[in-house]
Amino acid sequence: MRALAILLRLAALVLLVTFIAAPNLFAPVFQPLTTYDAPAIYNQGSLFSLTLSHLATVFSAALASTVVAVLLGIFVTRPSGLEFLPLSRSLVNIGQTFPPVAVLAVAVPLVGFGEAPTLIALFLYGLLPIFENTLSGLTNVSPLTLEAAKGMGMSARQRLLGVELPLALPIILAGIRLSVVINLGTATIGSTVAAKGLGEVIIAGLQSNNTAFILQGGLIVALLAILIHDALMSVERIVARRLGQQPAGAAA
Amino acid sequence: MIEIEHLTKRYGNTTVVDDVSLSIAKGTITVVVGTSGSGKSTLLRMINRLVEPSSGRVLIDGRDTMSIPEDALRHRIGYAIQGHGLFPHRTVAENIATVPRLLGWDQARIDSRVDELLRLFQLAPDEFARKYPQQLSGGQQQRVGVARALAAEPELLLMDEPFGALDPIIRGKAQEDLLAIQRRFGTTVILVTHDMEEAFHLGDKVAVMDRARLLQYGTPAEILVHPAEAYVERLVGTADRPFRLLSLSTVADALEPGPASGQPVDKGTSLRDALARMMWAGRTEMPVVDGAGAALGKVSVAGILAHGRQPA
Repeated sequence: MRALAILLRLAALVLLVTFIAAPNLFAPVFQPLTTYDAPAIYNQGSLFSLTLSHLATVFSAALASTVVAVLLGIFVTRPSGLEFLPLSRSLVNIGQTFPPVAVLAVAVPLVGFGEAPTLIALFLYGLLPIFENTLSGLTNVSPLTLEAAKGMGMSARQRLLGVELPLALPIILAGIRLSVVINLGTATIGSTVAAKGLGEVIIAGLQSNNTAFILQGGLIVALLAILIHDALMSVERIVARRLGQQPAGAAA
Repeated sequence: MIEIEHLTKRYGNTTVVDDVSLSIAKGTITVVVGTSGSGKSTLLRMINRLVEPSSGRVLIDGRDTMSIPEDALRHRIGYAIQGHGLFPHRTVAENIATVPRLLGWDQARIDSRVDELLRLFQLAPDEFARKYPQQLSGGQQQRVGVARALAAEPELLLMDEPFGALDPIIRGKAQEDLLAIQRRFGTTVILVTHDMEEAFHLGDKVAVMDRARLLQYGTPAEILVHPAEAYVERLVGTADRPFRLLSLSTVADALEPGPASGQPVDKGTSLRDALARMMWAGRTEMPVVDGAGAALGKVSVAGILAHGRQPA
C-alpha cells in the first residue's frame, strides 16, 4: 500500500518534469483536442520558465503570509495583545472573503501591472488558514504544561520559543500547507494582470478556443498542487515525530 | 527556614487566603490540607510567586522573596503539580533537564544528574531517558514530574496535589518514594492535599485550612489529640482518631521485653499495621525484630491499645 503510494507520486513527478521540460513529446496526446490545425502544445513561451515563475510567486506570497500571520497570531495570544484578537480576526477574514480577482482590480491602479498585484492578492488570500491555525495551535497548549513551565522559572520568551511554538508547530505547518495549495490554483488569475505564471497558458487557450492549452495549464497546476501537498504533509509528519507526537492519521 | 508572615490574597471582594502565618523548619515535610476552595493551592503558589500576595510576605532563609527576580526565585524552588505538566514534545531526559539547562549547567553535569534521578525513581535510564511522556504510565509520568522538580537540587520543593491523579496502590508507592527521597536530600517539602490520610502519613507538620483561614498548624499527633476547632475535629474524623494515632507510632514505641511466638514484626512497622496483623492472626503478642532480623522483644495488643488512648 505504502510502496504503491510512493510509486504513484514518483510517476506523477516524472510526468510533470518531462512535460514541462520537453512538452513536444506529448503533442500527439493533445492533438485531438485542437481544431483547424492549431498548435497542440503551448508555443508562446517556455512551460518550464512559466512553472518556475508560478512557483516563485506562490512561495513568496506564502512566505509573506506566514511571517505576518504567525507574528500576528503570537501577538494576539499574549496578554498585551489579547484585546486585538477580534480586530485581527475580522481583518484576516476580510482578506479571505474579498475575492482575489477584486483585489487585483483594486491593486492594479495602485501598483501597476505585473507580479505586484498578484502577490498582494495571494498574500491576503493566504493569511486566514495560517492565522487561524496559529491561533488554535497556541491556544490548545495545555494550561497545565504552561503552569509547570512558569513554575520552573521559564520566562515568557522561553515559554513561547521552547514550549508554545514547538507544540503549535504541526498545526501551523498544516495551515501553511493549506494556504500554499489554495494559492497554487488561485495564482493562475495573476496572468490577467500580466504576472508571469501558468495562468498564461490557460488564458491563451481560452482566447484562442484551444482546449489543449487549457488542459495543459490546468494539468501542470494540478500536479504541482498534489505533489507539493504531499511533500508538505511529509514535512509535517517528520516534525510531529521529532516532537514526540503520533503523526495524524497514522495508526498507533 | 521558610517564614510565611500574614500572607493574604484578595480577588476583588473575595479573600482567598486570609492572614496566614506559618514557620517551616528546614528539611521537614509540611502538608497543607483542606477542602477545595480552602485557599491551600493559592497559599502554595504565593510562595513561588505564581500568585502575587495582596499583603504579607514570605521569607526564605531570612530573605524576602519579593527581593529576588521571580524567574530566579523559581529556579531555586522545585514545583510539582497534579497531572505532572510534563512537556509532551520533550523526552523524559530533556524534561528533567529543564531547570539545569535554564541555569546553564554544562552537559556532563546535566547528564549525570538526569541519570542519578532516573535511577533514584527506579526508571532505568537506558529504557526511559529517550521516551516521550505519553509513552509512560501515569505513575511513571508522575515520578518524572517529581524528578524534574528536583533536578536543580532545590532546597525547597512545592507540591500541589502531586499524587491526586494516581490510583491508590501507585499513590502509596509514590508517597513512600517521596519520603525516601526527602530523607536522602534533606529537601524542605511543602505539599498541598485534600486527603487527610496523606497529610498524616507524610507530614512532619500539618496545616489545616478552611475558607481562606489557617485553622491549626502542628504535628499530626497534636492535631489529632487537641483539634483547635470543631471543624478540624470533624476533618480528622472522631471515629478514625485512635487508628490514625496508632499509625503515627511504630512498634519500637510500644516495645516490651520478653519473648513471644509467631511471625516477627519489624520495629519500623506502624502500630496500626501491627495491630491489624495480630487481629488477623488471632494473637495477643508478637516478637519484634530489627532490620537485620535480630530479636528485640515483643509487642502486645494491650501495649498498642494504650497508644491509641486519648492522652490525659
